[in-house]
Amino acid sequence: METGVVILIGLFFTVAVYLMLSQQLVRMLLGIAILGNAVNMLIFTNGRLTREVPPLIPEHLYSPDVVTANPLPQALVLTAIVISFSFFAFLLVLAFRAYQELGTDGVNEMRLAEPEDDQTPPQGY
Amino acid sequence: MAGSSVSVDLTEAMATAHVAAGDWLVVAPTLITILGGSLCLMLRKNTDLQPRIGIGFLAVLVLANLALLIRVLDHGVITMVMGSWLPPFGIAFTVDTLGATLSLIGSIVAFCAGVFGAATVDSTGRRYGFYPFLLLLMTGVCGAFLTGDIFNLYVWFEVLLISSYGLLVLGNDRIQLDGAVKYGVLNLVGTNLFLIGTGLLYGIFGTLNMADLTQQVAALENPASGTLATVAALYFLAFAMKAAAFPVNFWLPASYHTPNVVVSAVFAGLLTKVGVYALIRVFVMILPASRGYLSDVIALVAIATLLTGALGALAQSEVRRLLGYLVIAGIGSMLAGLAVGSTLAISGAIFYAVHSIIVMTALYMAAGVMAMMGGSYDLRKLGGLYQKSAAFAAVFLVLAFAVSGLPPFSGFWPKVILVDAAFSDGRAWLGAAILVSGFLTTLAMGRIWIFAFWRGGPEGTPDGQTAPVTAGTAVSEAQLSGGAVWLPLGILTALVIYFGLQPEWMLELSTQGASGLVEPLDYLRSVFGDQG
Repeated sequence: METGVVILIGLFFTVAVYLMLSQQLVRMLLGIAILGNAVNMLIFTNGRLTREVPPLIPEHLYSPDVVTANPLPQALVLTAIVISFSFFAFLLVLAFRAYQELGTDGVNEMRLAEPEDDQTPPQGY
Repeated sequence: MAGSSVSVDLTEAMATAHVAAGDWLVVAPTLITILGGSLCLMLRKNTDLQPRIGIGFLAVLVLANLALLIRVLDHGVITMVMGSWLPPFGIAFTVDTLGATLSLIGSIVAFCAGVFGAATVDSTGRRYGFYPFLLLLMTGVCGAFLTGDIFNLYVWFEVLLISSYGLLVLGNDRIQLDGAVKYGVLNLVGTNLFLIGTGLLYGIFGTLNMADLTQQVAALENPASGTLATVAALYFLAFAMKAAAFPVNFWLPASYHTPNVVVSAVFAGLLTKVGVYALIRVFVMILPASRGYLSDVIALVAIATLLTGALGALAQSEVRRLLGYLVIAGIGSMLAGLAVGSTLAISGAIFYAVHSIIVMTALYMAAGVMAMMGGSYDLRKLGGLYQKSAAFAAVFLVLAFAVSGLPPFSGFWPKVILVDAAFSDGRAWLGAAILVSGFLTTLAMGRIWIFAFWRGGPEGTPDGQTAPVTAGTAVSEAQLSGGAVWLPLGILTALVIYFGLQPEWMLELSTQGASGLVEPLDYLRSVFGDQG
């Protein structure tokens, strides 16, 4: 089961890198969304995929008496999902605002901060 | 509780002793800034009150960090575990000399920026959250310096990243949106790479506590194995991206000159240094063997970063863009220390980080003052500033000497240590690159000095005549007349001079910080108790 998921994660990374190499901001953002999901699955898989019982502790014990599923990766993934989702939302708005103001979503055309016709500094006075 | 009939020894899993009152200082920096940030956010529309609250909380933050550093120096490394769950299960905050020192210097810089912002951030900027973002940025920065858990480090990275996005787009100019797109996308990819490395590390060791990882990696028979090498390479790439090392530095010169100059000052001082801190923490303490076999790569990256930064600075005529490249050149010096890796070299890198935090913030503030006086950031349009204010010209000259690594200012001593360490390690090229980069930096700073300060007026003024530029706007005159601009610049310049003339104190701190990483026994004992 882990092998299959690992191959899927590899596929996700491939797609994400391909999309992020694009010049269109929208495609790059889609790539980032997929990258975030690839990372989340990677963390989850690194906690080992098992079909164990939920990590519940019986009422009369302080620790579970059987082998249970690992709860920590779920906590980690939950954190990472929330963070990557909020960042994705921010970047979407940012990209839209940049498109409104700059009139393009091609990163090669966004040259306002680093103008192409930038002159060399003065050599003398 | 029904389970109380079963007797279980809780001391195996929980810290049962009360936390000593002084140890609460460990979480004080993050708590103070979150509280202050929330308060400022609630009073978002009260633009007169916000600077007072913000600056007040930043002053308390400086005091808390100072008390924390003193306590660490007195008592050694301090650990506090969240929810009293003992490591490696609970999230630990572990403060050593390195973390406490950087946290203190970072908060001093943030305090200065808060004061400077009172003059330069207008009421619109305040209403859209300059002070909340600044305080929450400091939550992330201090948290990153103080945490002892590598996943928690990732969370603090994200806290400071989202606050920095807010600061970067504050004002909503077209040029800011352009810069923020590049900054935002590349930094998010960087933190994602960090998270991949962390996921793999968890898969190998099943723990995320830095002290536990240090122990387990040290116990490995073959610390150079393939999986761990992947993690090390990912970490190096991710943190190098955060630190803006060549060839993943391009987001920095694209974005750092776009926001309000006080925001640039905070970014230049703090953000890249958090990346350097993470590199030092991970590669010197947790993965020393990986640093060993990566050291040639790190040395090459350091040389390339030193030279691209200095050459890039020479090619700019916009003062803030020029300074952005100097930030990159400074990162190269710190990476040089990491490449050598001896206690001496790491202490040089730490000292350089402290120097760079102070001097880069001060230089960006000085650039802001130059623009207030001369009405532009462009070297072609500036001129005659020496005639306007000889005192400010002197301050700039001090900072220019310091950033170039010339004595008797704070940049000199860490450079001496780093060059000495590089040569005695047989890496003559690395030492030479530091010196060449320093020389080129001197040229770039000399160019600002000649054009903005020394000559009589802007481009076209005949030689020997004076035609001082006039900013003319009432806004900039009002900004310059208040103390809010000069006080922070004065504090930072005084620190630059102090660390140059009296380097012993900082040398002691950075040596202690470096030896605590190379021999992390105190760190481990603090986390695991005496059996560790």
